Amino acid sequence: MVDSVIFSLIVGAVVGFAAGYLGSIMVLEKMALVGDAMSHVALPGLALGVLLNFNPILGGFIFLFVAAILVWYVGRVTKLSYETIIGTTFTLALAIGILMYGDRLDALEAALFGDISKVDLTYTVIAIVISLSVVLLTHSIYKKIVLSLISEELAIAKGVNVARTNLLYLLLVSATVAIGIQVTGTLLVGFLVVTPAAAARIISSNLLKYAVLSATFGTLSAVTGIALANSLDIPPGPLVVISGVAIFVVALVIRLRTKMT
Amino acid sequence: MGNLDEFILTVSDLKVEIQNQIILENINFEIRKGTTLAIVGPNGAGKTMLFRALLNLVPHTGEIKWDEKVKIGYVPQNISVKDVPISVKEFLSYQDGADVEGALASVKLDDPNIINKSLIVLSGGQLRRVLIAWAIVDKPNVLLLDEPTIGVDTGSEESIFAMLNNLKKQTNITMLLITHDLHLVKEYTDQLLGLNKCMTFFGDSQHISEPALQQKIYDETICLAEA
Repeated sequence: MVDSVIFSLIVGAVVGFAAGYLGSIMVLEKMALVGDAMSHVALPGLALGVLLNFNPILGGFIFLFVAAILVWYVGRVTKLSYETIIGTTFTLALAIGILMYGDRLDALEAALFGDISKVDLTYTVIAIVISLSVVLLTHSIYKKIVLSLISEELAIAKGVNVARTNLLYLLLVSATVAIGIQVTGTLLVGFLVVTPAAAARIISSNLLKYAVLSATFGTLSAVTGIALANSLDIPPGPLVVISGVAIFVVALVIRLRTKMT
Repeated sequence: MGNLDEFILTVSDLKVEIQNQIILENINFEIRKGTTLAIVGPNGAGKTMLFRALLNLVPHTGEIKWDEKVKIGYVPQNISVKDVPISVKEFLSYQDGADVEGALASVKLDDPNIINKSLIVLSGGQLRRVLIAWAIVDKPNVLLLDEPTIGVDTGSEESIFAMLNNLKKQTNITMLLITHDLHLVKEYTDQLLGLNKCMTFFGDSQHISEPALQQKIYDETICLAEA
């Protein structure tokens, strides 16, 4: 039990950090709801794992990666925003996922709201490796994405392959959402990539501060929520969200008091 | 055409066609090293598209021949900074090996506090200067400036042109600039390219003060319709 608590806190810390860092780009890109909507597509994958007796998280991973590639491709062909493509199709995935779970309500609750009781050493190691990879890869594309947000022409003239960068970015969102599911569940994992970044955004005047605060707030939200969930013996997702929103409110108060521009 | 060695850019039979629409056609001109070319024409004339073609950002036919040692700095017309909390220093540091302070001094942004300011809080004139600093920070020998004074007041407009002129004198940089400020064209540029889907004029920029030429350049009838 003690091991499980420690593992879950480690997982929360690394996943929160990666999600917060990656989320800082999503908020800049005005793609705050992409992570949220995209997380829904994991549900049928998780259900498939439950139904066919393989690791549900693996099913979620596969569905999310395929979805990321499809979204990227449809975006390239139609020029629709990622948010529009995801918003119009992924709620359907949530509906299908819920139907696939049928009467397995315990498994459905774990998928929707997270289940840290199943976090073991193996999962912790996987979460650390994936989170570290997400942070390093996000760092490698951060400047490119920021430059393309300021001016796509400027970015292309500087040699940035915007299409390839966007694909990598969507795959990183998928990976982050997939590992975050165990912590907050599919319904709330989108929070992890949005709220910490939003809190950091309103009190930051430069990118370094913004990215560091966003990752820190992600870690704080996840660790606080999981610690509370462990002591209260309830699913962690809602408490992680409440912790994060509390941080956002504090940031908002700081912003209002300092009247930053 | 003259000796090609003297020219940093030679454009021959350039044509840009996007989604079956001809944006530019029959573009032929050349630029000598160290000169400034003003590109003028009505809205929708294809001025920005010409820059995109010169930067190889859009598909095109014809020939765009840059000098082998060319290094291009680019100042786009529009940028979006209101949603990105990036400081002047961070932005300029995106150019590899950037001498940030030196570049800011070159564009007459001497206020020591400006380096840590967010781009969001800069005035229109300051932002344009930061963009020019971005373009010159890695020491190019050609500058493409797409309306470098857009959104700034008249006084700042004149001082930005004067600053560019000073930069040219110091570094012998070649400049291509898109502008609507015809009085500044005469004062600060050497050559003039009139554009309206095709070329309506190419020659000495001193001719810009001739009303007949201005009428020709800004005539709504485009070359393609005349052809």
